[in-house]
Amino acid sequence: MLHIENISKTFNPGTITEKLALHNVSLHLAPGDFVTVIGGNGAGKSTLMNSIAGTYPVDEGRITIDGTDITKWPEHKRAKYIGRVFQDPMMGTAAGMMIEENLAIAARRGKSPTLKWSSSADSRQHFRELLMGLNLGLEDRLESKVGLLSGGQRQALTLLMATMAQPKLLLLDEHTAALDPKTAEKVLLLTDKIIKQQKLTTLMITHNMRDALKYGNRLIMMYEGHILFDIDSEKKKNLGIKDLLAMFEKAAGSELNSDSLLLS
Amino acid sequence: MDLVIATVSQGLLWALLAIGVYLTFRVLDIADLTVEGSFPLGAATAATLIVAGSHPLVAIVAACVAGMLAGVVTGILCTKFKIPALLAGILTMIALYSVNLRIMGKANLPLLQQDTIFTIWNLGMDKMMTTLVIGAVIVLVVALLNYWFFGTELGTAVRATGFNPHMIRANGINTDNMVVLGLLLSNGLVAISGALVAQSNGFADVGMGVGTIVIGLASVIIGEVLFGTRSFKNCLISVILGSIVYRAVIAIVLQMGMPPNDLKLFTAILVALALSMPLLQARWNKIRKGGR
Repeated sequence: MLHIENISKTFNPGTITEKLALHNVSLHLAPGDFVTVIGGNGAGKSTLMNSIAGTYPVDEGRITIDGTDITKWPEHKRAKYIGRVFQDPMMGTAAGMMIEENLAIAARRGKSPTLKWSSSADSRQHFRELLMGLNLGLEDRLESKVGLLSGGQRQALTLLMATMAQPKLLLLDEHTAALDPKTAEKVLLLTDKIIKQQKLTTLMITHNMRDALKYGNRLIMMYEGHILFDIDSEKKKNLGIKDLLAMFEKAAGSELNSDSLLLS
Repeated sequence: MDLVIATVSQGLLWALLAIGVYLTFRVLDIADLTVEGSFPLGAATAATLIVAGSHPLVAIVAACVAGMLAGVVTGILCTKFKIPALLAGILTMIALYSVNLRIMGKANLPLLQQDTIFTIWNLGMDKMMTTLVIGAVIVLVVALLNYWFFGTELGTAVRATGFNPHMIRANGINTDNMVVLGLLLSNGLVAISGALVAQSNGFADVGMGVGTIVIGLASVIIGEVLFGTRSFKNCLISVILGSIVYRAVIAIVLQMGMPPNDLKLFTAILVALALSMPLLQARWNKIRKGGR
């Protein structure tokens, strides 16, 4: 499904702040794979995600989705295949617009906008049904501005928006990191439900080792711009946090020094 | 009564400028100074065509197209060449000064004895009432078109671009194109406003764009404060009414004896105060709470 071949990315090349963020990374996702990605700060998780999404171009390598080479495609064109939820709850929705308007935009992800009126009675009914699935009472608030929603509600809405037009690939960039633990868990359960329902191929970054082990059928650990190890579903089932840490020390030859990873 | 009619009709003619400024300043979240050039561009284009014998309606349409082109220039400068929007607008504005002189061939083009949009139809009313009625009809049509357009998929995408470019790119829309489109529409409206004001005043002048951005902003802010911002429709109506209220305020201070030369200073202070209002209000609330 997703084929990443030897991609590299250096930020600010030739300057004092030069940073090799991705080094020869290759990754293949089979259809329906739900891969969790962990790693300390600066490991390259977000760079990998943004390279796939096209936020910036990669220096080397190739990215294909279902055989289509998207390496040179701009961000907005890749959106045809990719649904995304960001870490910042503000990023995924337009705060000043109504829930309905946000959904109408997401419902047409990847299609050129036309001069058709963006909302209709049919679409409204469809949106209401989808919102009911979130169990947040948003189905009665179609005309509320998204800015009035809480962070958790906004992430749930963004998740719905990212998945309502059936993306080939779903990218979740620490999408629960900004939420309180209880809300984070709710949003994660919802995420899992939607992914299973639609059998979505998913890449999910998380800071939380427990979540990384609990969700998905594959786990990759990143370190200093490359993939340290890749654990398949058989091995992942029997793995604990201690095992992960031991594997990390063995592979990286150093202790994991990210507090946020250890504490969570 | 005459003064009221004159004030309202001036407010209507300038309302298109206010809508244009609203589209950039609020919808796209860009302070677009192209306005200062596209307003006289509209006036110059329309006046030159009318003097050359064109139908006033044709002249207005041509003015609109010219304004749109100016908007596209600014749009390309800031999206394709990554020039900051404020500077891109200034560059186009300065360039338009020369363009406007070229179009008119001189700095001031009178429209005396010429047929204008306000004289070609005999509505059986005096000049002031005719201006009011025609101004109202044009503003109504423009407002309805805007309401329709910004409710379509394309228009919704333009609005979302201003609110959150990340979100709209993640949904597959080229934000650069949306910015260019927004600037095009905005400056088209501003140019129509210039064309109407020139015909109402009876001349086009190369200097008539000075301060138009501030007038537009004043109208937008006054409208928003007095008439609300609940929805896009609400905002459109607010901005139009804001333009009329702004003209009323100007008429009142002039009646009270303020020298006309101080008008721009007055408007600038008004806008500066209005823009700093949220901060001042927050400070004030803090002081009051602290005092308790």
